[in-house]
Amino acid sequence: MDSFFIGIGVALCFLMLLTLHRAIHGPTAIDRIMGVNVIGTKTTVLLVIIGTIYHRVDMFVDIALAYALLNFIVTIAASRYFQHHKNLNPNGYGYRFRAEDD
Amino acid sequence: MDIIVIIFTLTGLIFFFATTVGLLRFPDFYSRMHAAGKGDTLSSLIMLLALVFYNFHEFNLANLLVALKILLIGIFIFMASPTATHAIIDAGYESDIKPWTKKPEEES
Repeated sequence: MDSFFIGIGVALCFLMLLTLHRAIHGPTAIDRIMGVNVIGTKTTVLLVIIGTIYHRVDMFVDIALAYALLNFIVTIAASRYFQHHKNLNPNGYGYRFRAEDD
Repeated sequence: MDIIVIIFTLTGLIFFFATTVGLLRFPDFYSRMHAAGKGDTLSSLIMLLALVFYNFHEFNLANLLVALKILLIGIFIFMASPTATHAIIDAGYESDIKPWTKKPEEES
């Protein structure tokens, strides 16, 4: 059963690397926040799986809970920071979308 | 009990694979967020439920506490991940990100 959980952890890491492509090459900053949010949520599950492999779930489950709280706070703070930025589109900085803003 | 754990974990892995494919292949910010918000939450909940079942291989107080903590993580993800999804979508909508259309430039 341990080798099964090791395989599941390796598969999760591979899929998180594919998600990291969206977090690096995302067209806008909001796409990068989205990719980091998905990676953080899966890291919570991966920490519990690592604790199951090491037979120390009682220690790793606290780390996973703290990581879930941190990931939620980071996502909320980053999305609130980028809320009213008008230059998030990939057309470049300084590009205005509404003419009456000028 | 092991067959339930294997079935639940593989189901969660399939849902997360669908999330990754949707995150990489969809053309728009809003449709990518649609794939990420639902598939991520559901696959996390299913895999945490499988780990709760795996921790009940022998029943005593320590295993019960660990299972309750994993269930607490699941309940927190069930509340926090749609909230984070809503906050990211709101930030993108307030920043005037254009939705994807089939003919973007010629028709407008």
